[in-house]
Amino acid sequence: MSAGAAQATVPVLDGWFTTAGAAPHLIGTRCSGCGTYYFPKLETFCRNPDCESSQFETVELSRTGKVWSFTNACYKPPEPYIAAEPFVPYTIAAVELEREKMVVLGQVVEGVGVESLKAGMEMELVLETIPDATLPEGKLTWKWKPVEGAGQ
Amino acid sequence: MSGEIAIIGVGMHPWGKWGRNFAEYGVAAAQAAIRDAGIHWRDVRFISGGGTVRNGYPGYVAGATIAQALGWQGAEVNTSYAACASGSQALAAARTKILSGDCEVALVVGADTTPKGFLAPAKGERPDDPDWVRFRVGITNPTYFALYARRRMEIYGDTQDDFALVKVKNAEHGFTNEYARYRKKFTAEDVAASAMVADPLRLMDVCATSDGGAALIVCSLDYAKKIGKGDAVRIAAISTVTPSFPSALVEMPDLATDSAVAAAPLSFRSALPTKAYEQAGVDPKDVSVAEVYDLSTALELDWIEDCGLCARGEAAALTRSGATRIGGRIPVNPSGGLACFGEAVPAQALAQVCELTWQLRGQAGSRQVEGAKVGITANQGLFGHGSSVIVVR
Repeated sequence: MSAGAAQATVPVLDGWFTTAGAAPHLIGTRCSGCGTYYFPKLETFCRNPDCESSQFETVELSRTGKVWSFTNACYKPPEPYIAAEPFVPYTIAAVELEREKMVVLGQVVEGVGVESLKAGMEMELVLETIPDATLPEGKLTWKWKPVEGAGQ
Repeated sequence: MSGEIAIIGVGMHPWGKWGRNFAEYGVAAAQAAIRDAGIHWRDVRFISGGGTVRNGYPGYVAGATIAQALGWQGAEVNTSYAACASGSQALAAARTKILSGDCEVALVVGADTTPKGFLAPAKGERPDDPDWVRFRVGITNPTYFALYARRRMEIYGDTQDDFALVKVKNAEHGFTNEYARYRKKFTAEDVAASAMVADPLRLMDVCATSDGGAALIVCSLDYAKKIGKGDAVRIAAISTVTPSFPSALVEMPDLATDSAVAAAPLSFRSALPTKAYEQAGVDPKDVSVAEVYDLSTALELDWIEDCGLCARGEAAALTRSGATRIGGRIPVNPSGGLACFGEAVPAQALAQVCELTWQLRGQAGSRQVEGAKVGITANQGLFGHGSSVIVVR
């Protein structure tokens, strides 16, 4: 992003992640009955067939985890994805969160290719800008970034 | 087994990309199945269609659309939509109708016309739809297949050459299949030279979307005997179980797995054939031929393991040994699979059963698996849908 250009501040999905501060988190919920985490947020009925709870607390999910698998997108996805022209392929990681015992997908930060990823590698959650149809400065989305020193 | 029904007719319309009305393909497949059964259209008292969501209202009521095109004759009608398992779900509805004694003969039919390129979600700003959300953040269908493929490489040591071998095998199988869309003997070099779509998967590792149609005429065992087809291929199991919470794998269209904090994670893919084996009372060791959903080359390897045809992590070695080729111990996708067909969603699960029927009848020509007695299908689609069908002779 060139200096002086407007910075993206609007999240691509409202309420899916924190945008204030240097250490962003995905926002999920946790069932008050059985402890199951949900991302995206679930606030109606717990999906555990053995749990009848409808009480949830909003929680920030762990912002670090380990690579479960990874890939990339070599072709521009169809709408509603909005890509910069010319399209630049991006990397995608599925990251396992230990406390939540769940795997969360996300793009990987710009400049990191599949060749620098490995299963088990430590990743952290960051925010980056992706293009938007109406906002020229783009919108914020969550991405995974290798933790400094990981994979070396 | 008492829960069985007979398959007395099978028919298909060739797979391709013509953009004609889906009902045309359904009618052609249905007429072929009716001819194959040697019955009259009026003998069919239940029409069960696999729905299609890309062809407007006529697609939502595909059973009726195709019944009308064949000529209304007062039979009862049904349409089932269950993503990639739509055909099997329609077949299950016909089986229930037949086993309850409510009808003797049913037509099960599925057909589709697909758009070019990526399958995309409905338009608009719809953040409550997980399918819309994942496309918005850049997660397409090949993403999921590529994540599963890469996971195999990381955990089992599979290679891209192993995946290419699946394509080469299926291309060889489908080469003489008159219903297949792609009939070319691709080589490992062809696969390696094709464009990368979602690393590690190349264009030739992932299946296309196609137009096509497939149909079955199914009936009670008594009716089959009555018309001199007492030795017809029988359906011994149809499994359409849902996943069990919590899911072990991140599945389309979700961006996360279930959290496994409260219970151990379970595999949906392996639950589908497991239920089918239970229902049919057969063991994976009894299987002589399998038609599994090779949406990607690597996914065929997952299915081979999920169907219990080899131990976890050994499907690549099994493929390298030649066991999954026609003539091998356990041929997989003798039709050529999705690699040669491309996916025509509501028709695909039925096309798998058509192929197994030809195989068990000994009518598969140059694709024939010698002495095939038990066949299994497996497929999986969006939103917790999937199916596995076992046919026996």
